[in-house]
Amino acid sequence: MSADADIPALELIDVRAGYGRIEVLHTVDLVVPPGSVVALLGPNGAGKTTTLAVASGRVVPTAGCVHVGGRHVNGLPPEAFVRGGVCSIPEGRGVFANLTVRDNLKLWSHGTSRSLSEIEDMVFARFPRLKERRRQLAGTMSGGEQQMLAVARAVVADAGLLLLDEISMGLAPRIVAELYELVAQLAADGLAILLVEQFAQTALAVADHAAIMTSGVIRAVGDPVDIAAELAAAYLGGVA
Amino acid sequence: MYSITASGLVVTYATSGIFNFAHGALGMLGAFTYWQLTVAWHVPPLAALALVLLVVAPLLGAVVERVLIRRLYGASLSVTLVVTVGLLLALIGVANLIWSPVTPRVLKPFFPNSLIHLPGVNVSAHQAIVVLVSLLVAVALRVFLARTRTGATMRAVVDDPGLVALTGTSPARASQLSWALGSSLAALAGILLAPLVTLSILTLTLLVINGYAAAVVGRLRSLPLTAVGGLALGLAESYSTGYLGGDLPNLLRPALPMFLLFVAVVFLRDTRLRAGGRIVGWSPRAVGLGESVRWSSLLLVVALLAAALAPGGLVDFLSSTLAIGFVLLSLVLLSGYAGQVSLCQLTFVGVGAYVMAKVAPGGSAFGILVVVPVCALLGVAVAVPVLRLRGLYLALATLAFASGMDTIFFLNAFGTGGAITVPRLSVPGVDSNRGYLILLTLAFAAGAVGLLSLRRSRVGRRMSALNDSPAACVTLGVGVNRTKLGVFAGAAAMSGLGGVLLGGQEGLVSGNDFQMLNSLVLLLILTIGGASTVSGALLGAVLFSAFPIIAEHVSFLSQASLLLTGLGAVSIGRNPYGIVGEASRRFAAARQAGRGALASVVIRPSPLRDGVL
Repeated sequence: MSADADIPALELIDVRAGYGRIEVLHTVDLVVPPGSVVALLGPNGAGKTTTLAVASGRVVPTAGCVHVGGRHVNGLPPEAFVRGGVCSIPEGRGVFANLTVRDNLKLWSHGTSRSLSEIEDMVFARFPRLKERRRQLAGTMSGGEQQMLAVARAVVADAGLLLLDEISMGLAPRIVAELYELVAQLAADGLAILLVEQFAQTALAVADHAAIMTSGVIRAVGDPVDIAAELAAAYLGGVA
Repeated sequence: MYSITASGLVVTYATSGIFNFAHGALGMLGAFTYWQLTVAWHVPPLAALALVLLVVAPLLGAVVERVLIRRLYGASLSVTLVVTVGLLLALIGVANLIWSPVTPRVLKPFFPNSLIHLPGVNVSAHQAIVVLVSLLVAVALRVFLARTRTGATMRAVVDDPGLVALTGTSPARASQLSWALGSSLAALAGILLAPLVTLSILTLTLLVINGYAAAVVGRLRSLPLTAVGGLALGLAESYSTGYLGGDLPNLLRPALPMFLLFVAVVFLRDTRLRAGGRIVGWSPRAVGLGESVRWSSLLLVVALLAAALAPGGLVDFLSSTLAIGFVLLSLVLLSGYAGQVSLCQLTFVGVGAYVMAKVAPGGSAFGILVVVPVCALLGVAVAVPVLRLRGLYLALATLAFASGMDTIFFLNAFGTGGAITVPRLSVPGVDSNRGYLILLTLAFAAGAVGLLSLRRSRVGRRMSALNDSPAACVTLGVGVNRTKLGVFAGAAAMSGLGGVLLGGQEGLVSGNDFQMLNSLVLLLILTIGGASTVSGALLGAVLFSAFPIIAEHVSFLSQASLLLTGLGAVSIGRNPYGIVGEASRRFAAARQAGRGALASVVIRPSPLRDGVL
């Protein structure tokens, strides 16, 4: 999917999108090169989550093109995006709270060719704590454990592109560090990642590129170091 | 048997989060299709069984899911309730059209002549099959839902359909499958049940509804508990026949499932408060006092003119409309303002009429002084045990109450098919139909103005806050249960009063008029008109009383009235505010657009939109 060296894992061209009659994204252009990590930063309400929703097929853009691995995928349902190699971990806890950990894992086999036992081996090797809890309802685990479970989907999905939305939200710094260790490792394995994060420094530390978004428009794209310098201005300017 | 019905219900609830009131009708339809195939078209039973259970019923379930249910995800309880109740009536209507209720039909039990000898008892082969099949179904379902990936997907859809899509499978397909399965199970229950009772549309539908009790025992979630509930229900029924002599069991037995339903609901532990509502973006504006008085006066003028000039038939029509309208006002209070769903409003109307006839046969206005507290207390009695529960269980409890009252109270108080005479209120100066019309208009106008004043008052704000977010109410120190109780009592009292007015208009009322099914029709008709507006109540009342008259002239419609009512209600899945709401929203939007105001942007959440998003 993203194997070709020059085809971007994700490309948004002049994308406009929103909810009902309210437009959130006003012509967004964003490229995630193959095998690289892009951090999408910006103040609340900038449209970061909506950008990820467009990239995972949950929101259909009203204009512009969405290319995943070089294929035009506008208007396809989210399931098709998954089959096309997009693994999306949504904001909040991306787990089924009323299902056991095992049932959650069972569902993941939809998107991949792996069997349940294979998935279990991979996940439990990465997060041993989930093994102890595999018969427990996912919703009864701690927030950190739930997020581990959610992010663990990225480990087993045969994805070419991973979309992460604020995986640190409401979690202890120690767990955030643990999750980002995994992100760094996935990136090292060659997975392209688009991540939205409120802790800009955490995100910039793993990112190859960074983009700043305010009011539904990408304001700046560049090297994480340069973007870090522009960040404060962008936030304040965007808010005011 | 009950456990099959109930497990079908649990499957659809657990996998779509929507309580399917139409489950009983799906079962009835299954049984009738089976009858059509085997008896009328001489298809061999096994082939017919396969055809119904594997093709027709699942297809029906899938179509229902596709057309109706998919739009309802995330919609409020009252919307889902009204839509599935509408479906229930529509399906009954369809069945009435296809299989004329007058023709008797018999469905033979399986292996009619063989008995199985067990130690101590003889069981007919049919009964043995029923027991066996229900056990089999329970086990198979449990394994399917707990062990297979498809089963897990179906449960996951209730949790978060969006996330299901992100794991790479279509949530729509999973819920469609669950509805197909649920429908098939309903049909199975219907086919097994039909030979044991008469093959009648209503009986069968209502019997399958009895299975709801078993489902509630299983808390609509647990299949094993549901099976236990079904078993308990069946045993209780047969023991009451076997061991209790005399007339009492015959009197009480039909009410037993509903009694169990009520008890099961009462013992539920479900005290989590819903936090935060969905944004609906637009709600009917609260009409001011001056405006409500002006419109009421206009109504009164029209009534005066009608009383003076209109022919007698029209006067009667208007009178019935206004009396029904008064009853609907009580539902506006309960459903429209406070967001509570009651499926027993006509029961209160019936009780009101009955009490009036007993205590004030002469029509003395003091009868009202008895009727109002009696109905209010009855409302409190129904509501108190179940107040702390979520709306769905409250609705189920009212359903149980209405159905129980059908069999225990109305059947006996009025006698089978019998009727009682309800006196007309004797008010000085009102001595004719025309005078009574004026009285009814005054009553309706007073009710409407009073209701609108209530809406604008502290209590009214409290009610809408309750409707919006019970959790937020609690944090503000608003007593949720107290408010709900008050609303319930008030609405019951108003219905009782409506019963007095309606009874006085009709003169002769029969117990059948107040049956549970009619309560459902009433709720639907109000929803079609617009459940949260007084004008919606009036429009609903016009529809309600106009329909029989139109039907007299167009014979097709007399058969289709239930169908049309059901379809009408089903269509409001689009708009929770009914015809009046839609009309006034458009009007408001047009006015705003005329001013070129961008602020008229209407945000409506996806479930209420037409499929997209």
